[in-house]
Amino acid sequence: MKKKGPLYALFLSLILLLPGCSSIAVLNPKGPSARTLSDTILLSILVMLGVLAVVYILYIFVLVKYRAKKSNEGYIPEHEEGNKVLEAIWIIIPIIIVAFLSVVTVKTTNEVENVAADYQDQTPLVIYASSSNWKWHFSYPEEGIETVNYVNMPVHRAVEFRMYSFGTITSLWIPQLAGQKYAMSDMLTTLHLSADTEGSYIGKNANFSGKGFAHMEFEALVLSNKGYEDWVKEVKETAPKLTEEEFKGLLATDYLGRKTYSSTHLEFSPPPGDHGEHMSGGGKEMDMDNGNQEHQDNKEIHPSPEPSSGTEFDSEPHPDVDQPLPSSPVDESTHEGH
Amino acid sequence: MDLDKFKVHGEPLIYGAMISIALATIGILVGLTYFKKWGYLWREWLTTVDHKKIGIMYILAALLMLFRGGVDAMMMRLQTAAPEMKFLDAQHYNEVFTTHGLIMILFMAMPFIIGLMNVIIPLQIGARDVAFPRLNAVSFWLFFMGAMLLNISFVIGGSPDAGWSAYFPLASLEFSPTVGNNYYSLALQISGIGTLITGVNFIVTILKMRAPGMTLMKMPMFTWSVLITNVIIVFAFPVLTVALAMMMFDRLFGSQFFTMANGGMDMLWANLFWVWGHPEVYIVILPAFGIYSEIIATFSKKNLYGYTSMVFSMLIISLLSFLVWAHHFYTMGQGAMVNSFFSITTMAIAVPTGVKIFNWLFTLRKGRITFTTPMLYTLAFIPIFTIGGVTGVMLAMASADYQYHNTMFLVAHFHYVLIPGAVFAVIAGFHYWFPKVFGFRLNERLGKHAFWWIIISFNVTFFPLFFLGLMGMTRRMYTYSEESGFGPLNMLSFVGAVGLAIGFVILVYNIYWSTRYMPRDTTNDPWDGRTLEWATHSPIPLYNFAIVPKVETRDALWSAKHENIPLYTDTKYTKIHMPSNTGKPFILGVVFFFLGFFLVFSMWIPAIVSGIGILVVLAFMSFDKDQGYYIPVEEIAATEKKLMRGETV
Repeated sequence: MKKKGPLYALFLSLILLLPGCSSIAVLNPKGPSARTLSDTILLSILVMLGVLAVVYILYIFVLVKYRAKKSNEGYIPEHEEGNKVLEAIWIIIPIIIVAFLSVVTVKTTNEVENVAADYQDQTPLVIYASSSNWKWHFSYPEEGIETVNYVNMPVHRAVEFRMYSFGTITSLWIPQLAGQKYAMSDMLTTLHLSADTEGSYIGKNANFSGKGFAHMEFEALVLSNKGYEDWVKEVKETAPKLTEEEFKGLLATDYLGRKTYSSTHLEFSPPPGDHGEHMSGGGKEMDMDNGNQEHQDNKEIHPSPEPSSGTEFDSEPHPDVDQPLPSSPVDESTHEGH
Repeated sequence: MDLDKFKVHGEPLIYGAMISIALATIGILVGLTYFKKWGYLWREWLTTVDHKKIGIMYILAALLMLFRGGVDAMMMRLQTAAPEMKFLDAQHYNEVFTTHGLIMILFMAMPFIIGLMNVIIPLQIGARDVAFPRLNAVSFWLFFMGAMLLNISFVIGGSPDAGWSAYFPLASLEFSPTVGNNYYSLALQISGIGTLITGVNFIVTILKMRAPGMTLMKMPMFTWSVLITNVIIVFAFPVLTVALAMMMFDRLFGSQFFTMANGGMDMLWANLFWVWGHPEVYIVILPAFGIYSEIIATFSKKNLYGYTSMVFSMLIISLLSFLVWAHHFYTMGQGAMVNSFFSITTMAIAVPTGVKIFNWLFTLRKGRITFTTPMLYTLAFIPIFTIGGVTGVMLAMASADYQYHNTMFLVAHFHYVLIPGAVFAVIAGFHYWFPKVFGFRLNERLGKHAFWWIIISFNVTFFPLFFLGLMGMTRRMYTYSEESGFGPLNMLSFVGAVGLAIGFVILVYNIYWSTRYMPRDTTNDPWDGRTLEWATHSPIPLYNFAIVPKVETRDALWSAKHENIPLYTDTKYTKIHMPSNTGKPFILGVVFFFLGFFLVFSMWIPAIVSGIGILVVLAFMSFDKDQGYYIPVEEIAATEKKLMRGETV
């Protein structure tokens, strides 16, 4: 009974776990970056299962064979100093395993830090993602639009997120598209990703940032190229401009639903560091040192939008977007002060 | 003065805690008065400089903190057991997980280990006390007062709420305006100073006070692990001291080290914190390796396999522990090069750790293994810790960590490392050395009941978290939606947590039951031990060894029992020099507590008064002329005679 207890518990927990498998986001990637990570994780799990197997087999063997029983009563084991050959084996084999995993790590880390191989001939779509309190602002300098708490992007397109924060450290994470990276107030971090499949994915802040942290989720919607262009066009035509005053209002609010604007905050509230190239004129001057001159070309294809006449864009395509997030974080604010 | 800032409002749980703290305090005071124990308490405990008593006080405090941290854990698991739970609100949840981490690491695991090493190390090296007994008392009281300062935060002013790692700018005045993080900087600072002093004390003790013949390579493995641990403490804790001082300046005096503007660097805090914080995890785990080595050798009746490689593996781990801190923030955007470097150094730690695992397995091989309670914890440690280890290697891969970072996968990993690596170890050590200190064993049947509850529930609690992490559940979320699908596994984890709680309650009941009913052990060596601590009487006389033993082999007592290598070549008693008790360390601790408390609330005048008070106590201690006293030969002879007959002194 005593021996079977843990086995039974393990078996039971496995049965309970199985239905959950299809929902394991990290192992269900929808883009090259996340796929690299998923493959790395699966590979490491396999190697580690091998290590576990060796330890477990040896463990069970010694415990069964050398336990105290009637037949070996009075047996006093011999003094055994060690064995140079054996000890060398369990130093060298782990070193080989670690070396192998190191190579994999260095290779994959470089891969996901850069634009995925299939997308290298493209100019990435740059999206500035900044956090404030418990919300995300996404600025599209190329298109001259900005969204709050949701991000849309075209399928099969290299996307480059540039992250920073208006407050605490946050971490932008869309598990099915890419690993996470911090957004900090004093530097700009870069995250490359691209999606192979259209669909709606959950994005979130993964770094604890205070009271509203649990509600800091957003939708990452991957659209067809046509769908994306239509959406941009629609935003430009119907969404209001983001004024400095309005933006200050947004920053001061703890929680928001979705918002859409036909201009970005980058002009009057530039990101940290030497990346102020988007400050003037809706992104006319581009990141030359990044070799992203094509942004400028794109810019010419999409001329600056006419100022829209204050249409309430938000309420049109998504009827419920101005509603508070599910599980209404607004309740939270009543508990302030303790 | 604004009395409002002392208040914590709104929560029935907090009011409950206030009432229970008040009742417990009143109960203790009344009890002490009623049984006329004030004098006893002062003479025997508050003023003691005896390493054994200080060790016992450390362990008692750690057990208390285990339950405080455990209740925090239960509240967290209950709050997340189902989607949209309404048990705790966000603020309260944030305070609970912050204090859970702080208490379990700094006020449970570390003091428990320091307690065990206080009790055992002088015995294991054949010494009469630690090198600086009064400083040892100072260490304890600083730790204890730091712990108390953090504990009262829950009911006075509010607990820290920015996570145990207190990342800036979240922990700055701007985003955490309550006094919670003031408590953080001061409580940790006070107890940290105590730990640093312990580090110095034990390095000197082990290097200078070993019994004749005990060369470094003949030291018991636990002594080795403690020596290395204390070297880590002495290197790592000054970093914490500086970081906490900077934090305190930022929060209390408006300096800008870690702020968002004016040149402050938020990630500087993260770097400083983890330069201390990563070695810290080895501070709690290396002594555990030592404890397990002793227990495995004892209960398989074999000497430790590969002693030399065990020592070197610990040395390498201690070096590497200082070269891996950046793996705590791979996602900071430091680039592939830096991440690769820290990946490789982190994974490299798996090699010496693997060496230890295989050495233990080969110690068991060809042994005669008996399954006592301490041995069961040790044996359970091997497979569970290995899961923690291999998931650690998975996390060490920088690229993959972009997906695990800050998720429940990480939470599962470090619980799989720290609970078997530190908690099982101190429980095993507690059961193992208990008869040495108190003269009777803990009940084996109850011990095994507690063991099975704890082991099975541990896996039920933490294994599901690996899957939750991969599903995308981040840590420190006080609630989640139904659609996220996190519900069922969290519920399973909560069920496990209840089981763990039951296991720990049985463990404590065992202490109570055994104290009342277990037969007294007269052999002094109930487990057929191998090292010097089993060569003296149980309970241990004040002077530890009437005659200082001579050591010729690694397992000195074993050799004495089985190879006829005598431990004692002298036969005559000589007078023994002992340090006198002193109340000054306790008073110093109390004054530090008040200094911390007044600083937390920016009450400058009383704080300055307390600061001067500290200087005054230190001056008194510095000019103390008390040189201790001698125990005369006749008294030793009488005590020894009594102890030989199995009586207690």
